[in-house]
Amino acid sequence: MAFQLLLNVFLAFTWMFLSNDYSPLAFFKGYFFGLVVIFFLRRFFHRRFYVYNVIAVIRLLMIFLIELIKSNLSVFKVILSPKLKMTPGIFALETELEKDWEITILSNLITLTPGTFVLEVSDDNKTLYIHAMDIDDVEQAKLDIKNTFEKAIKEVSR
Amino acid sequence: MTEISNFIIGFFILLGSILSLVAAIGVVRLPDVYTRNHAASKSATLGVIFILFGLFLYYLLTEHQVNSRVLLGIVFVFITAPVAGHLISRAAYNIGVPLWKGSVQDDLKKARSKKKLMR
Repeated sequence: MAFQLLLNVFLAFTWMFLSNDYSPLAFFKGYFFGLVVIFFLRRFFHRRFYVYNVIAVIRLLMIFLIELIKSNLSVFKVILSPKLKMTPGIFALETELEKDWEITILSNLITLTPGTFVLEVSDDNKTLYIHAMDIDDVEQAKLDIKNTFEKAIKEVSR
Repeated sequence: MTEISNFIIGFFILLGSILSLVAAIGVVRLPDVYTRNHAASKSATLGVIFILFGLFLYYLLTEHQVNSRVLLGIVFVFITAPVAGHLISRAAYNIGVPLWKGSVQDDLKKARSKKKLMR
């Protein structure tokens, strides 16, 4: 992804030199034409066309924001209810992610989801220990993490 | 125009302060370190983000200037607050702060004791 981005910026600068116009508008024009060129030459790169990765990053950001608001609502409910009805606990979650930055983003996401935060990452980077506010709906939380977050993060790093 | 923008700015700042208030109530009410951490790390994060966003809108709509430092502040709070919550609760667990008596499950303790047996 980084290579294609750099190539695109390089093509934009080439466009600026070719048209002898050094304004931001010329840069954006050149960037657009470079994007078209990279799209037609996408077969020659090892990774996929990088616009898909950009879209995946934006989608991950959206998930972050939505989960933050949802988790605040659930914390609201627990704090403001007249009696404390909760069963906290710690559960383990196996993760398929391997790189360090992926696990960091996953644990940040889990910390911002309703009623869970990461207590510890095991030494071999395979298990996350998560403290949950309500252990009853752990299975649901596990499924959510597996299906939405891990998938979105994998989509970014693909 | 200014009426509407004033309303939006007031809405964000009021919502942010209410969230911070609820976080403070949660820190007082909840029984142990870990559940308090839930309240502190989530509600306080969103509260600060809403207040800063209201401030950004105020500068944009009434003073007509883009204050990029406020935007950077939002990003920094968004990235660092969950990590701070994680580190505090991990440190608490490592020096042996007990869970609340209503807690039902502790997988990390099991994993730790298994590791000790294997050594």
